[in-house]
Amino acid sequence: MHVSLFDSCANLEENSSKLLQKKKKCLCYFWMCPRGRSGDTTRVVVWTLISFLVDGVKSGVQIVKMDPRLSKHWDVLLFSFAVLSVLHGSAGEIPGRPTTGGGVTVLPPVEPDGPQAYPEPEKDNLPVFTMDYPRIQIPFEITLWVLLASFAKIGFHVYNKITIWVPESCLLISIGLIVGAIMHSVNEEPPAVLTTNVFFLYMLPPIVLDSGYFMPTRPFFENIGTVLWFAVVGTLWNSIGIGMSLFAICQIEAFGVQDINLQENLLFAAIISAVDPVAVLSVFEDVSVNEQLYIVVFGECLFNDAVTVVLYNMFTFVAEMPVVEPVDVFLGVARFFVVGLGGMGFGVLFGFVAAFTTRFTSKVREIEPLFIFMYSYLAYLVAELFAISSIMAIVTCALTMKYYVEENVSQRSCTTIRHVVKMLGSISETLIFFFLGVVTITTEHEWNWGYILFTLLFAFLWRGLGVLVLTQIINPFRTIPFNLKDQFGLAYGGLRGAISFALAFTLPDNIGRKQLFVTATIAIIIFTVFLQGISIRPLIEYINVRRTNRNLDTINAEIHCRLMEHTIAGIEDLCGQWSHFYWKDKFMKFNTRILRRILIRDNRAESSIVALYKKLELQNAMEILDTVSGDISAAPSIVSLHEEKKAPAKPKKKFLAADLRSMHDILAKNMYKIRQRTTSYTSKHALPNDSRTREILIRRHSSIRRSLRPGSFQTAVLPKSHKYFSLPAGKNLDSNFPPVRQRGIDDHETMSEISFPAKHARFVSPSRASSKAALPLRRLDTLEEVPSVDFLDERRARRGLPRTHSSSSEPRRHAEKSEKENEDNGGSSVPPVWAAEPRDGTTRNPLLRRPQWNPKN
Amino acid sequence: MGSWQARPDHQRHYEELAQKTGFSTEQIKNLHKRFQQLSGNQETISRENLENIPALANNPIKKQIIDAFFDKRNQQDGESGCLEEITLGHFLMVMSHFRPPQHKSSEDERHAIRRQKLRFLFNMHDTDSDGTITLAEYRKVVEELLSKSGAIGHEAAKIIADAAMLEVASTNVPHMAPDEFYEGITFEHFEQILNGLEMESRMHIRFLDVATTTMRCGKGSSSSTY
Repeated sequence: MHVSLFDSCANLEENSSKLLQKKKKCLCYFWMCPRGRSGDTTRVVVWTLISFLVDGVKSGVQIVKMDPRLSKHWDVLLFSFAVLSVLHGSAGEIPGRPTTGGGVTVLPPVEPDGPQAYPEPEKDNLPVFTMDYPRIQIPFEITLWVLLASFAKIGFHVYNKITIWVPESCLLISIGLIVGAIMHSVNEEPPAVLTTNVFFLYMLPPIVLDSGYFMPTRPFFENIGTVLWFAVVGTLWNSIGIGMSLFAICQIEAFGVQDINLQENLLFAAIISAVDPVAVLSVFEDVSVNEQLYIVVFGECLFNDAVTVVLYNMFTFVAEMPVVEPVDVFLGVARFFVVGLGGMGFGVLFGFVAAFTTRFTSKVREIEPLFIFMYSYLAYLVAELFAISSIMAIVTCALTMKYYVEENVSQRSCTTIRHVVKMLGSISETLIFFFLGVVTITTEHEWNWGYILFTLLFAFLWRGLGVLVLTQIINPFRTIPFNLKDQFGLAYGGLRGAISFALAFTLPDNIGRKQLFVTATIAIIIFTVFLQGISIRPLIEYINVRRTNRNLDTINAEIHCRLMEHTIAGIEDLCGQWSHFYWKDKFMKFNTRILRRILIRDNRAESSIVALYKKLELQNAMEILDTVSGDISAAPSIVSLHEEKKAPAKPKKKFLAADLRSMHDILAKNMYKIRQRTTSYTSKHALPNDSRTREILIRRHSSIRRSLRPGSFQTAVLPKSHKYFSLPAGKNLDSNFPPVRQRGIDDHETMSEISFPAKHARFVSPSRASSKAALPLRRLDTLEEVPSVDFLDERRARRGLPRTHSSSSEPRRHAEKSEKENEDNGGSSVPPVWAAEPRDGTTRNPLLRRPQWNPKN
Repeated sequence: MGSWQARPDHQRHYEELAQKTGFSTEQIKNLHKRFQQLSGNQETISRENLENIPALANNPIKKQIIDAFFDKRNQQDGESGCLEEITLGHFLMVMSHFRPPQHKSSEDERHAIRRQKLRFLFNMHDTDSDGTITLAEYRKVVEELLSKSGAIGHEAAKIIADAAMLEVASTNVPHMAPDEFYEGITFEHFEQILNGLEMESRMHIRFLDVATTTMRCGKGSSSSTY
């Protein structure tokens, strides 16, 4: 900051507009060549930022005047640069006239102002204070840009309401526009950071990796046909439709665009047919539209990026060809498939390699996440190397490896991977939207009413038509056809976004009307993002698109989902007519028999994901319960639970239903968080929100450890902690909890009360505590024991027995018996499984049981 | 069996069934073929016939599915109990639970269809036909669901079923007094608990309209040996 301030001030003081110009050029050059070879350039970004602060040039001059001494020591500083660079042996740069480290110098570096005699008298002295701005310039400025964009994002979320009604991309573009306006007003050149290489090698991969990695796998594969249909055919349809119609428009003399030929039109059309409905997706998520619509929009945006880029490359190539022969068209079609399928091939290959690698990373947890990124990026780069669809490669790579990798890596690595993927993707996209805003203001536009309006019109028209026609074709193949409302959602969700802009911006310069294309692209992006992006929420709500409660994260829902799946699979087997369930079944078999064996380290813990989740939920529940009673400091947030803890001291009757309910709420809320990991990642800018649960888990580990250390659980040394260790543990909680448990529990409780009256006597005895400790997980088994005598009596007195006990069936009796056994065992020597664990110490506590969730380090 | 289908009384039979089940006659023809394939050209299918389908072997809830076919409650004629053998009509009736809804159906129809599917699921749980899913019944289903998932299956199933039951109870009877307990899931509660769950995409089978013999044969031969 200081340097640049200083520098700019120096410039200003010189009042040399010529220098300024050079500086700008240099800046430009710097942005064009972000790998840092440009040597000494100006510090425009910083300068710009400062300019914002000090409101323009004049204040800048004032600052200079405040500290004129600085500029006089310019030479000293320069010298110190030299010393520094020599000292560090850093590429032998001579400050003030640095040649580029990489050997490419296009523009002469800015002449530092003032006389510049290198050998100064002071050269013998060791510099006390040196600065080497050129050295850090590029990363420094990039960092500042990213920061600026990130601050903007923070800003939006200060007011939550804004982002509900106005999509984030709109806001980002707006901020970009403002920044652009400021830059424009100070005559600053826009940062030309978006070169083809930068975009394709650095900015695009994070975005698509993000989408690919967080693609909800199951719905995607259930709808893969439709997704690909819309993504591939839909994009082709749009590109060709728009391209042809625009070409027709170009023939009209009045518009003055006859010089745009068919290839260029097609190229342009391909650019603007890349939909990027981030905004729409978040709206869809909020209003929870039906899963089919959601996944089709999601998948479409992902794969049509791939298609668009392929088309883009093809058409750029074609646009440069003087003559297009028919054979080229066929070659183009062939190439299209080679590129697409080749990308998929590489993706799958690298995905499996990545999964296989993570099999062996258990000892090097620190770098585990790295493999994921490196392999994805490698897939991308290799695909790029062979000029096949790199987007396809990285997406399939992410899709392929995700499942296996997440089982192999530790929980923390998994979280890290997700966060980093999310973060990078979101940064890239933020930057692109931001630049879009800046560029909109600062570049010169070629505005052609006719062409641009027709572009808008055709984009809208062909999108709508395409959706209509394509749905008619695909509907007969779908179990759940898209109705008109869905189709509207699909068509209206066709926002254009970052990819389009970047593609347009990176058009080769030999395209004659590049400026017009950029302008038109920006126009269509702004039009769709602002108009459609803002209006889609009210519209979707208004027309009442079929909705799904996708956030229905209850165990019952999960169980029944699975039940239904199996039922359908079974019925399909029975009636001999198979759909994707059949193939899924086949794949699962193949997966279990072969893939998992190879790719997953611990493949014996082969459980369905659902089961895993459920297990986790329960562990989590236990977690929460433990936290309640045990180590409250570990979870200070659960305030209400403090009361619960204190409550036991009071007579049982005081436990109002409200308390129980709140307990229940807490339970319910915290219990099922984990499953959201499938659903909540899909929104591009939202980070997974399961972190909290995991933190609790982790915290819990430590708290358990802590509480275990003082002594064994069984001993009466720590009656309190022992009581609190698990939810219904102590007697005090006892009184509190039975009702809760009771709800979950069914009739055999009543039975047990009757048939085992002796129990109640035992009930009060301290020995039972151990089995109670097991309660959270063995809730039902232990239920009978729970109600204390008085409780029971009370109940009887109050309302008699709620259920006729005569109806109890044999199994219930059986259950009770086994329960009784459990109790007996638990009370004395052999505790139930769950109770046993805490006693044994950290290694065997339930949270540590499953390897996946065990923090391995 | 071509001669069979050509006979006019079969045509009439088909039409009756079509009216009853809502399938098109083509679909019924297809399903009839499958029926004959399964039954070995008998008039009825017995439990063994279904149990021998190799494709079903890996289905964790095979038993429940087969039971559903022999459950009179799924015939929608108000009876309960078990059938020993099922005819084509029964077969179709059960299948008709999975018919995709018509493209344009009113809200009420949709609701009715949903209810019907839920009822089907409910019946799968409620093995003793007493109108409630008790914990034992629920546990059993969950256990079977998880039976393919290895070691954790048994223990986890219990826990999960318990938690699920707790959930049902807390959803449906939020104001339960401390001394009450939950007796079992009634159909109303069942409906309630699965209220927001999307069933459209999960409980439908696209029954083939046209007799795509090649396709069916191909798949049929690959997965079933008869």
